[in-house]
Amino acid sequence: MKQRELLGYRRENSRVGVRNHVVILPVDDISNAACEAVASHIKGTLALPHSYGRLQYGEDLELHFRTMIGTGSNPNVAAAMVIGIEENWTRKIADGIAETGKPVAGFSIEGHGDLEIVRRASWKAKELVQWASELGREPVEIEDLTVSIKCGESDTTTGLGSCPTVGVVVDRLVDEGATVFFGETSELTGGEHLIADRMATPKLKERFVEAYTNYVSFIESQAADLLGSQPTQGNIAGGLSTIEEKALGNIEKTGTKEVIGVLESAEAPRNGPGLYFMDSSSAAAEHVTLMAAGGAVLHMFPTGQGNVIGNPIVPVIKVSANPRTVATMAEHIDVDVSGLLSRELRLPEAGDLLMDYLKRTANGRITSAEALGHREFTMTKLYPSA
Amino acid sequence: MHKFLIHKRGDHVGVATSDIAVGESVIGVYMDDDSSVEVEARGDVPLGHKIAVEACEPGGAVIEYGVQIGKAPEGLEVGDYVHTHNLKSARW
Repeated sequence: MKQRELLGYRRENSRVGVRNHVVILPVDDISNAACEAVASHIKGTLALPHSYGRLQYGEDLELHFRTMIGTGSNPNVAAAMVIGIEENWTRKIADGIAETGKPVAGFSIEGHGDLEIVRRASWKAKELVQWASELGREPVEIEDLTVSIKCGESDTTTGLGSCPTVGVVVDRLVDEGATVFFGETSELTGGEHLIADRMATPKLKERFVEAYTNYVSFIESQAADLLGSQPTQGNIAGGLSTIEEKALGNIEKTGTKEVIGVLESAEAPRNGPGLYFMDSSSAAAEHVTLMAAGGAVLHMFPTGQGNVIGNPIVPVIKVSANPRTVATMAEHIDVDVSGLLSRELRLPEAGDLLMDYLKRTANGRITSAEALGHREFTMTKLYPSA
Repeated sequence: MHKFLIHKRGDHVGVATSDIAVGESVIGVYMDDDSSVEVEARGDVPLGHKIAVEACEPGGAVIEYGVQIGKAPEGLEVGDYVHTHNLKSARW
């Protein structure tokens, strides 16, 4: 297959994005209305409403800030507006994003009211969106990309087809110097030893085992019957019987490379290019949101029974090997690898198909999830607010 | 034409790539070496669900991908439909 040239947006900090969004980021739930009002006035901007940001504390608050700042800092974002009720936290997030060098503006509602802030923020949003509209794509390299992976509504066909296809592409991306994130901590159960053995150093292995044990101990401490939740009803309907079986299919998509870092949720990598594990929820929208906050600009999403998830700032590419799903949910599936089950398609060719689709998406082709308006922006909450 | 695939030699189960009917003799292909096996189905196995290609003793570990995916409290016979009724997690 002919090598395709890659074109992206190189940002002020030299990081590369594949989309050119101007986002309007609420610090907290009660600022959603103002953000959405600005986005409805100024076309081409994107409000990212969510449910949290008040009375959070400790580790949960840190994760909130990391997710907000990380989202605004993502290279798919050309410029960011931050609107919050109080000045302090608004400024903290705006300043965090401004470290990337991109244009950022913060507005706090208290003492002014929604209407005045919507007026001021709309003027700024108009300026930023017109500025961003003149930014052009330029030639970039695979090594400039950060790509995340997570599967959803998995079934046995994900382990047979779509996850191995993603695994082939992950290996190629890592060989070519890109950065790749995987996570889904609880969904490694039954194969966690396989991931532990791929950690690059004993210290990383120790950190991974600790992160895994903490996450799973919490789940087990709830003393709930997890059958029906993990694996889900959809997983079971698709033929998966146990968490171990689900995990082994899931792990197929991580490829074969060593893991060079263990990240907290929404944390940006520091060890250079390569494959990273991010301690994270296995719920699709939360997971993609956390990985985008860590800096992923593209996401590869294998699905069996047909998960429809998208993300507002990161293109999510759906890959399926389930012949029934690619027929009944065709509008959601970007790359059909069902030929792997009939053996009409071989794994390296399936990898070629996905790699080419990834590059086309990077170059601007919109994914099925983008076309269908899937913009799930879902914050992870660690415990109740004060 | 095969009707199921097995990840690795030594696995107890394969995955149906078409619906399989009880009593049907079906061919499975091992994905690691392209060899094949023929099994008579002892139950209906829908697309994506598992069929036993190796017997397993009661309480024994069930292997897929070359790794344990759970245990079979009542054991498995070749051709059995394998799912949550006869395969349980060894973890939770």
